[in-house]
Amino acid sequence: MSSFPTDSILVLAELTPSGAVASSSAGLLGAAASVGTPVALLVTEPGASPAAASALGDLGAAHVLVAESAELATRLTTPVADALAAAYDLVQPGAVLISNSVEGRDVAGRFAARAGIPLAVDVVSVARDEEGITAHHSVWGGTYDTDSAASFGALVATVRQGAVTDRAAAVEPRIEALAVAPSGSAAAEILSFTPAQAVSSRPELRGATTVVAGGRGLGTAEKFVLVEQLADALGAAVGASRAAVDAGYIAHGSQVGQTGVSVSPQLYVALGISGAIQHRAGMQTSKTIVAVNKDADAPIFEVADFGVVGDLFTVVPQLIEALEARKH
Amino acid sequence: MKIVVLVKEVPDTYGERKLDLETGLADRDAGDRVLDEIGERAVELAVTLAEHIPGTEVVLLSAGPVTVPASLRKGLAIGASSAVHVLDDRMQGADLTLTAQVLAGAVQRIGFDLVIAGDVSTDGTGGVIPSMVAELLGVASATNLAEVELDDGQLRGERLSDAGVTRLSVALPAVISVTERLPEARFPSFKGIVAAKKKPLDVLTLGEIGVDPDAQMPRSIMVAVAQKPARAAGVTIVDSGDGGTRIAEFLVENRLV
Repeated sequence: MSSFPTDSILVLAELTPSGAVASSSAGLLGAAASVGTPVALLVTEPGASPAAASALGDLGAAHVLVAESAELATRLTTPVADALAAAYDLVQPGAVLISNSVEGRDVAGRFAARAGIPLAVDVVSVARDEEGITAHHSVWGGTYDTDSAASFGALVATVRQGAVTDRAAAVEPRIEALAVAPSGSAAAEILSFTPAQAVSSRPELRGATTVVAGGRGLGTAEKFVLVEQLADALGAAVGASRAAVDAGYIAHGSQVGQTGVSVSPQLYVALGISGAIQHRAGMQTSKTIVAVNKDADAPIFEVADFGVVGDLFTVVPQLIEALEARKH
Repeated sequence: MKIVVLVKEVPDTYGERKLDLETGLADRDAGDRVLDEIGERAVELAVTLAEHIPGTEVVLLSAGPVTVPASLRKGLAIGASSAVHVLDDRMQGADLTLTAQVLAGAVQRIGFDLVIAGDVSTDGTGGVIPSMVAELLGVASATNLAEVELDDGQLRGERLSDAGVTRLSVALPAVISVTERLPEARFPSFKGIVAAKKKPLDVLTLGEIGVDPDAQMPRSIMVAVAQKPARAAGVTIVDSGDGGTRIAEFLVENRLV
């Protein structure tokens, strides 16, 4: 039986549907390395390629536990929760870090409830003090900063995707198999899975340094292309207000705001977005905000560093042209 | 069949939301308190299912302070049959684990075939309560559903995640959570509002549920809270033909391109 460092931080590695290490894992391991020794748990289908384990070493995992589960493709959440419980018992870490994704939240909830370990959610960074690990949160649209901790013992935390920019140095990981006894917990059966279509070559919305977002002001799905054109000129990710998503201009995954993705890029460009408080809650911690809207009273101008009251169909093409001219 | 819907009273996101900088707790007097919108959609789904399955009872469940019954009445006006309010001072500052224990305990006491919750609340934004409650109840969970069909005790749905869309099947009893892809709640009719006043609303304490908040188990505690300075507005110009150029100049000056 192997032993693990007393400052171990257990990270549940997130994988893409094709089995590669998801980008969120880099932030989780970066956060873990900032407060201890990162130990990654990789849950895969039997016989999966070992490439993911060494990729986790490249991202800073000193140890990689590989749990193979034949039920991964057929049973929702519980195979991963069972593997996490087994890894926790083995490693006895000071904290467990899990991506704040739909999948991650479910595993975190089940595991924390089962093990009776306090759970901190939507964490943006972690720290260590003399009593253990503390979690830092940015709440209510970034209007408050809070810190939380376990009253005693370990902490489970879901970490906001894209929030941790620290990266751990690559190491040669010690890789070992983890035996998991299935808990037999009831689970939903997975009938089929359709991976989300790969979204172009643009940066991912979460963690992007520049975001261009469009709202109802674009008018139609066809005209929403203007948002994408400016995004490409700036090398930015594309976002949208809930109004634009509800109107069908763009897929739900691009929604920024209270009930969508929270972003805090260096530059956020809001086009035809009125700036309802629910939208602002997802973007007002951006370093610099630029807004174009035809309504001078739109609340987006209250948070914009630079605002233009005007027709975005003339302002934005001119902006793109000026950016292109600068490149030449 | 019995459906329990988990609903939550939250600060209205249309108003200013405040945290008390002494206690770290939500300042409940700062703005309006409303039924969380995603919870309304959960109630709508439950009521719709009940309309198609004869003999179905829809019970609302919420834990929170004395203001909660107003939110519960709204859910009853939409069409739920009855409501249960867990009211206990010892829940003040409750962490997610205690909240899940309380909700699971109350669900157990009410009895259930299906528990429906929203995917993520607008105040806590954790999105973990449905799976925690499922784990404590020892039943299956299917979260983030964008589509739900129920047929003869078998629930099928479409679950949305960043990775893609999963089609699921789950046998009841189960806990599910729904996304805002599901229909908005119907507008309560006058008749519904009047009827809601007469529907049963029971109050439970932690003692009645059998949860001891002082039990020696670790809790998540808030250790610091600070308010960020409000964001100040910058410069806004009215486009006079050079708006696009001016933005480009602003970006260049600020080294953003």
